[in-house]
Amino acid sequence: MHARILGFAAFAACLAVPAAAAVALSDAAGSYTVSPAGSSIHFTIGKAGGGGFDGAFARFKGTIRIDNGDVGRSKVDLTIYPESVGTGQSRIDAFLRSDAVFDAANSPEIQFRSTSVTRTGDTSALVTGRLTARGKTFAEKFTAELDGLKGGTIKFHVTGKVLRSRYGMDVGTPLYSNVVDFDMTLTGKRG
Amino acid sequence: MQTSITNTPTRYGWATILLHWLIGVLFIGQFALGFIMVRLTSQRTAFELIQLHKSLGFLLLGLITLRIAWRIGNATPPLPASVGALERRTAPLAHLALYAFQIALPLSGWALVSVSTLEIPTMPFDLFVMPNLPLAESDAAESFWAAAHWYLAYVGIALVALHVAAALRHHFVLRDSVLTRMITPSSGGE
Repeated sequence: MHARILGFAAFAACLAVPAAAAVALSDAAGSYTVSPAGSSIHFTIGKAGGGGFDGAFARFKGTIRIDNGDVGRSKVDLTIYPESVGTGQSRIDAFLRSDAVFDAANSPEIQFRSTSVTRTGDTSALVTGRLTARGKTFAEKFTAELDGLKGGTIKFHVTGKVLRSRYGMDVGTPLYSNVVDFDMTLTGKRG
Repeated sequence: MQTSITNTPTRYGWATILLHWLIGVLFIGQFALGFIMVRLTSQRTAFELIQLHKSLGFLLLGLITLRIAWRIGNATPPLPASVGALERRTAPLAHLALYAFQIALPLSGWALVSVSTLEIPTMPFDLFVMPNLPLAESDAAESFWAAAHWYLAYVGIALVALHVAAALRHHFVLRDSVLTRMITPSSGGE
């Protein structure tokens, strides 16, 4: 009985191996344009006393280039339009767009330009780059996990933490955490 | 010449005097701060001043509770003999109204932040998280408590103005000790 359960578990484990793991680098190599339809950029900021504060950017654009043969030479560029921030509460959105936070009128773009991509596993990589917001640029790190590759479409789950105080957006600390947790799904279409 | 922390039958002690002026300055300061903070164009400054207003409001709530307890536990010097019958009856009512507003104002502010759909936490002076009052959050409740807080503030500041005018009248017109005994602590007699 035990052996049968173990045997079944082993079989199930084999099935559970993500399809992406089998993706060969040569298959994934190429240039992709981030497609807004299959992508999302969510963020969460912890609140004093528990809970958090969630939001998302509705408009952004980007490109992903995966180098054939050397993942390290891959590049990711992402531009976010902070004007498109949404939290479900219009007064908070207006506050975030104002010069209290994003100053979207004077700094309409938040840019990320990767400087290095390091493979950390079969389907994961650490993406280091320069993040520019409100005229300030700092090195930031994001973890990218390959979520699928089908036809000419590639999908990544990207997570990372950014300290907002460095970009002149420290308003509300310590009521609201300085750490912004990003959770993005980036779907790229080849070409 | 003796000074005392507690009140004497004829004079106020240090504790009453200190609490009185501290609360007075904070109360008027809070009114001015509240008036200004909702009229600023800088959202950042407005946010920060609102948090300061909340911190000072909780400080006031603590101080006024202390003041009321102190008043109950201490002798209150009677009004000078020269004070007329009408004022003798209305002055305690005016003081009672002042205390009531000093309690109601921070409580209405606390209710306002508790029901606000913005769900901004309250951390007096960034020291600790003040829990919300157990009231249901909604836009309607937020509008109600914002209006209540606003009306209470205006009536409260009108009461303060009346209180100040009465004190000045005592000092400059009636020339009695009502104002000076709230400045100079107990000295053991009139």
